[in-house]
Amino acid sequence: MGDLSLTTALKTAEVTKIYGKDNAAVLAVDQVSIEVKRGEFVGLVGPSGSGKTSMLAMLAALLSPTSGSIFIGDVELGKMDEKDRTMFRREKIGFTFQSNNLVPYLTALENVELMLRLNKALDPLGKARARELLVRLGLESKLNNLPNQLSGGQQQRVAIARALVHNPEVVLADEPTASLDTERAFQVVETFSNLIHEQNRAGIMVTHDLRMTKYVDKVIQMVDGKVMRMLSDQAQIDMLARKGSFEAAEEQLSLTPFRFTVAGSQPELG
Amino acid sequence: MSFYLALKEMWRLRGRYLLFSMVIALITSLVLFIAALAGGLANANRQFIDKLDADILIYQANVDLQPTSSRLGRSKLSDVRRIEGVAAVGPLGISTATVVFEDGRSPIDISMVGVDPGAPGDPPLLEGPGLLIKRNNDVVIDEGLASRANLRVGSTIILKTIQGTKEEFYKMSVVGITDSRQYFFQPSVFMPLTTWEKVRPQGAGESASSEIVFNLMAVQLQDQSQYDLVAQRLASRVDGIEVTDKSTAILALPGYTAQQSTLNTQQAFTLLIGVLVLGGFFQIQTLQKVAQIGVLKAIGSPSLTVASAIMLQIILVTIIGVGIGSMGTLLMALALPGNIPILFAGPTVLSAIALLLLIGPIGGLVSIRLAIRIDPLIAIGLSS
Repeated sequence: MGDLSLTTALKTAEVTKIYGKDNAAVLAVDQVSIEVKRGEFVGLVGPSGSGKTSMLAMLAALLSPTSGSIFIGDVELGKMDEKDRTMFRREKIGFTFQSNNLVPYLTALENVELMLRLNKALDPLGKARARELLVRLGLESKLNNLPNQLSGGQQQRVAIARALVHNPEVVLADEPTASLDTERAFQVVETFSNLIHEQNRAGIMVTHDLRMTKYVDKVIQMVDGKVMRMLSDQAQIDMLARKGSFEAAEEQLSLTPFRFTVAGSQPELG
Repeated sequence: MSFYLALKEMWRLRGRYLLFSMVIALITSLVLFIAALAGGLANANRQFIDKLDADILIYQANVDLQPTSSRLGRSKLSDVRRIEGVAAVGPLGISTATVVFEDGRSPIDISMVGVDPGAPGDPPLLEGPGLLIKRNNDVVIDEGLASRANLRVGSTIILKTIQGTKEEFYKMSVVGITDSRQYFFQPSVFMPLTTWEKVRPQGAGESASSEIVFNLMAVQLQDQSQYDLVAQRLASRVDGIEVTDKSTAILALPGYTAQQSTLNTQQAFTLLIGVLVLGGFFQIQTLQKVAQIGVLKAIGSPSLTVASAIMLQIILVTIIGVGIGSMGTLLMALALPGNIPILFAGPTVLSAIALLLLIGPIGGLVSIRLAIRIDPLIAIGLSS
């Protein structure tokens, strides 16, 4: 899907996250090594408790890994203090969330411009870009609407514009379709994917809805904190998206000449 | 950035923030009214002593500075006059009487003050020739009485006092009007001490002594900075007296301190309630915004920005509330009838307003702490 630049935007090496200590310790992410290139849109999938949200939090510099390293561009996140991480988030990360995405007292346009304001980059060029993105996302007539005057899908699209407006290195989407009906969910993900490719950003979408992988370039499946599979073959991904679950796709996929890329150390997989 | 977020939110949710401001406005009105009432009551009690043209007040010794218990004779007056540093001294006889009207208007209780014309204690005049020592039925009335009873220079008033068991009536002519000089919540009527001695209420067995007895002496000094020195001289050279300044005398007025401390306590409690109410409001407001603040932090807003935005809102809401409350109270005060003892004294009002402006930020500290502690992980449902 689209031409991919070969520059690596994001790379993790054996990232592990353990919550709590001693007997209460919970292993949430277990030695995950992934790589996302610029212009690549990745679906991070898995059941609840698989560690995908913890992984997302670490990639977003919201959480520090217990061990391992995360590079975004050539910056290692693990070595940053709280202040640097906050600054890093507003400069290099674009974020959309499952819910409560938008600041309720700012209009659609103001919500997008907020990112530029935070980065002290709200110049005429930035303003034009914010408006352009919203127009591109079909929200031309909604620029001055408050979030409560927008539908769930429209709110998600405003959030997408906000996540892209400041030209971040990496765009992260946490379950962007959770509160949408199927049709709108597909529309939102498609738009997201198009923009990621057009603007040559690295995009990661966390979702439990495998149908949404229709528009991604790579699927990373996490189970019990580990990377279970990585799919980058478009035919396999399409099959997975059509079937909506790995189990349903398994049989068909195994008949194809492609095979799953299995990451992590094989014997440890349960 | 903080300004932007704070103002946008306040503008878009102006109904809610105006409601906060109105609560502060009500608290402000309450605090200012209590302060004004305290001021008014204090004034009605102390005004006479406040306005006395004296640097030192002399009481009889061992009467706890109670004017009505204090008894001083003319001989003491000459003793005091002789002390070096004393410029002038005047006697003050204080008692109560009632002004009655022949046309059936309701009587007015007054404080009746005997003075030596021209000596300290004889009040300055707004109009009229004033007291002369030889004119025994002349009085100077304060403007509070003049306006309540519609009297002017040349009017005649009838004073009623009880002497023995009988009511006695004295017809007096008004020869001067002075500014308001209430003593013990009553307007004052000034007359020569000799007249006062005759008119004042007296017990049945009280016989006229050879010497006129009055209550206090008002002393003017040649040099006010020598207060301590002259006071010491007076105390050591004149027997049986107690020397004090006006502010100590005011604190010793019957009920004055108790009344003021009651009102001050009420005021303090109102302020405390204000802190709690506002603290509660902003805490609830911040709790409602936890998710939103989490998102703001997740997309890279520093905690400081979020916290300053909240603090700015608290300060603005407080300023608006205190502004509305102060204006409203002052307007209401103008509409109140004149016989309610309220007094908006500049310094008292300003210090009350300063305290009121503090209650918002103090009340808001808890919500600021909460806002700072909100973890951005909450935005992705991973709050720790």
